[in-house]
Amino acid sequence: MFTPHTQIETEEMLKKIGVKSLSDLFTDIPKQFRFPKLDLPAGITEMEANAELHEYAAANESTDELISFLGAGAYHHYIPAAVDAIISRGEFATAYTPYQPEVSQGTLQAIFEFQSLIANLTGMEVSNASHYDGATATAEAGVMAYHHYRGKRLKMLLSESVHPQYRETLCTYLCGYENVETKTVSHEGQPFTTPEDMIPYIGADTALVVVQYPDFFGRVFDLSALAAKTHEQGALLAVVANPTALGILKTPGEMGADIVVGEGQPLGIPLSYGGPYLGFFATKKEFVRKIAGRLVGETVDAEGRRGYVLTLTAREQHIRREKASSNICTNQGLMALAATVYMSLVGKTGLRQVSGLCFHKAHYAAEQIKKIKGFTVETGGHPFFHEFVVKCPIPVEELNSMLLDQGIIGGYDLSIDYPMLKNHMLVAVTEMNSRQNIDDLVDALSEVQNA
Amino acid sequence: MKILENLKYAKTDEWVSADGKIATIGVSDYAQEQLSDIVFVEVTPSVGETVKKDAVFATLESVKAAADVVLPVSGKVVAVNEDLSNTPEMVNADAYGKAWLIKVEMSNPAELDSLLDAKAYEKFCEERSH
Amino acid sequence: MPEPTIYELSSDGRTGVLFPEPDVPLAEFPRDLLREDLPFPELAEVDVIRHFTKLSTFNYSIDKGLYPLGSCTMKYNPKINELTARLPGFAGTHPLQPSVTVQGNLALMFNLQEFLKEISGFDAVTLQPAAGAQGEFTGVSIIRAYHHSRNDTKRTRIIIPDSAHGTNPATSSMNDFETVGVKSDARGNVDLDDLRSLCDETTAGLMLTNPNTLGLFDEHVLEVVKIVHEAGGLVYGDGANLNALLGIVRPGDLGFDIMHFNLHKTFSTPHGGGGPGSGPVGVTQALADFLPSPIVAIVEEGTEEEAPLYGLVKPARSIGRVKSFYGQFGMLVRAFTYIRMHGPDGLRKVSEYAVLNANYLMKEVKKSYRLPYDRTCMHEFVVEGVWPELPDIHALDVAKRLMDYDYHPPTNYFPLIVHEALMIEPTETESMQTLDQFAETLARIAEEAHTRPELLHGAPHNAPVGRLDEVKAAKDLVLCCWIPESEDKLL
Repeated sequence: MFTPHTQIETEEMLKKIGVKSLSDLFTDIPKQFRFPKLDLPAGITEMEANAELHEYAAANESTDELISFLGAGAYHHYIPAAVDAIISRGEFATAYTPYQPEVSQGTLQAIFEFQSLIANLTGMEVSNASHYDGATATAEAGVMAYHHYRGKRLKMLLSESVHPQYRETLCTYLCGYENVETKTVSHEGQPFTTPEDMIPYIGADTALVVVQYPDFFGRVFDLSALAAKTHEQGALLAVVANPTALGILKTPGEMGADIVVGEGQPLGIPLSYGGPYLGFFATKKEFVRKIAGRLVGETVDAEGRRGYVLTLTAREQHIRREKASSNICTNQGLMALAATVYMSLVGKTGLRQVSGLCFHKAHYAAEQIKKIKGFTVETGGHPFFHEFVVKCPIPVEELNSMLLDQGIIGGYDLSIDYPMLKNHMLVAVTEMNSRQNIDDLVDALSEVQNA
Repeated sequence: MKILENLKYAKTDEWVSADGKIATIGVSDYAQEQLSDIVFVEVTPSVGETVKKDAVFATLESVKAAADVVLPVSGKVVAVNEDLSNTPEMVNADAYGKAWLIKVEMSNPAELDSLLDAKAYEKFCEERSH
Repeated sequence: MPEPTIYELSSDGRTGVLFPEPDVPLAEFPRDLLREDLPFPELAEVDVIRHFTKLSTFNYSIDKGLYPLGSCTMKYNPKINELTARLPGFAGTHPLQPSVTVQGNLALMFNLQEFLKEISGFDAVTLQPAAGAQGEFTGVSIIRAYHHSRNDTKRTRIIIPDSAHGTNPATSSMNDFETVGVKSDARGNVDLDDLRSLCDETTAGLMLTNPNTLGLFDEHVLEVVKIVHEAGGLVYGDGANLNALLGIVRPGDLGFDIMHFNLHKTFSTPHGGGGPGSGPVGVTQALADFLPSPIVAIVEEGTEEEAPLYGLVKPARSIGRVKSFYGQFGMLVRAFTYIRMHGPDGLRKVSEYAVLNANYLMKEVKKSYRLPYDRTCMHEFVVEGVWPELPDIHALDVAKRLMDYDYHPPTNYFPLIVHEALMIEPTETESMQTLDQFAETLARIAEEAHTRPELLHGAPHNAPVGRLDEVKAAKDLVLCCWIPESEDKLL
């Protein structure tokens, strides 16, 4: 199939090596364990594999067929056809990480453009070449803060309105570092933490303050005062941002963030059951040597032609080994390329348009849901972007199974992560939801009380 | 490779020039040659800080390598060479002069005795080149 | 001809894609929270396509030719994988959908867990880690959690051979372990005496790449595992080189406790110019409870007529999440497709031919390049890219000259224990003819090194750019595009 050797060639090769059979190449393997019989289904042809994989895919119900209001960290957006056309090219997809710059200029320039777009989108000075996803990018902010203060400040303050999985990932990453303390800040016993709630906890031992923008519940706050207070105490502020929202919203950079991270999936990457996604990481110039992961820089060749290379590699594991602050070997290459193509295509106008559509449709949905008896929209009077919390008259799990019967994937059941928020649903609306879709949702919800 | 007569050297390739209790510290010409083009210098302690012998106090980076620089003596930091952050190439050009890294007021000048003199250091470098 | 950046190509007022006008009443934006400008380029779709198509031609790729990067397993990536991973039934599923609506995904993940267990001889597998490095991090975190669960907190050291990947020591440090190096012996195996002297009650574990980065299978692997186990440590297997072992031997059978897989190496998912990878981790029963959360399990047994019900469960003493959701799902679909097509016989054939190709190529290449460890290799081998009589020629020069002949160079300067290393891994997907041509080219370059060294020093001559000034890149640090309208560079 994928081994081109004919029988005759195989024999010729064995002869040249000087062994009789393929098995003779494996005499270093302990005999009692050599050539185990693997209990796996027998191999199949491409045609059969294609059919089998179609069956697996058909056993799912997808946002492709149903109407979806599910977000909570992964969003259903339109992906222009040109994105897949570019990332499907073997020249990009089947290249390795660009260790040999002379034959990797395509990948390197694309990453350089990605870094530029992310820096501009977030309002920061520098961006790296990307991380695995939003959760690990957030964790890397914690790792960077730890190394920045050389272990002298050990407290990480996390708002409870940061994505629960991001907080958990950050804790997993940091639990290997001695004495690091992570504290989750809530709001009067509720998870609806505001920037003001964070301020009293920031002290001389705080390394990093982490908030989300818009937060996990979709709400948008001005972070300027929080940034100022954080800096007064000598700590760093990391903001987990939604890239679609940054099409219209004030940048975290403008408000004083030191680090802006986030999930790049909304920028042209399919939902694909949670991966592969794209973590972005942007910061100020002064922290550039503390960033984990790859950086691409511009330079020239011997003839003065512009070219790009991986730079500041002396920080990395293959040189610093046990002294490296991260073991990362690469970035999320092809996904960063997808986001770069997406951002180039939609450009200034298109991203603002998508951002606006999400905003208006979400507000229309909230207005309509508010009117249904038994349902309340809980934003605490704060502005929101394209997600909002709805308090429902029955448990969300029940509600969602009723919606599913009508071809609707409902919002996220917040009681999964926040047990006190039973009957609370997080509804996301994007440009993919037509007014009709929203009205269908509203109709379905209205029937709950009657049922 | 240049080795200055009047300096003391550590086996980790730092040089020390002592003037009374004040020790000026940098890296040797041998060290800068090994690293090749230095692109980044960072000295971590600030003036007034108490530092201990053998502790890492600076990092030098070239394109291909990174090296930690350790203190050959203990004491209190009295000066840090701030210029190097903008002109890291000075370490290659003038390792014993303008590229000094830190000045320390020694708390135990006897620590100097354990360092190599120029002759012994030269021999030590030659051994490593083979 | 260098290609301008997307910012330089921008023309005010263009857009590559339009979206419909809002079909709902407009809501009022929060005025004080709006950004003033979005400094993005403005291009038409055709501009974007031509720009990135042009960039793609500057890349070397597997689709173009042999990519013999040692330890990276740059095998051909079957196109069917791309088709299956993009099926709307997979690509359109949201990670937080109720599990009853994603039984196809969960069944595929469950079966992939089972396949990987069977291939490696481990008892439990997590698919969550996003890449090999994250798999390593997961594995070493499990080592720490395991010892701590037994109140055995004095195990603070991880032993790592001098031939190991740089990630191994970095990963140990991330988990607050001290790294201790163990030497290799003259045949490239772990030096048993050195290992014995290092193992004691402070040993948390050993991280072993086997076959190692010299492409050699450790001849005393069972003894190595025994020494570490007797000291109370765990043995971590770096699965980077698993492509030599499919159906040949199972690391679990050899006594390894943990191992990460690199789906992007062994199981043919494309490298994507540096990602996404995928680094599942397999462990023994004793460590299964520590795996990252969640993993896929059968929550309701099936019957003759009905498929089982799959769900996501949290292992009892999980180290926690290492990323959001469940792993690089699209990569899992590709690897699953690959394993299904091969079956047990096909997988064994993969490794047999990977090893056949490496040994065949080694036999030829060692005629003109010094082979420091001359024994039957596994899937790769390491030669020296220098000649004693030519002090000015380095492995880097050989590597760059290969580009002129339209090959991607092998890995160079690694492993560190070989002077001026060229680490060559042809993989099983290359034909005898391709290997012959590559060997001929290497021989020609060896000759050029002696007769026309300037050809090597100045190489590459035919690539899109020549050797780039890395010192300037690191010193001047330009990390963002220059925006034509703005006064100066952003950085």
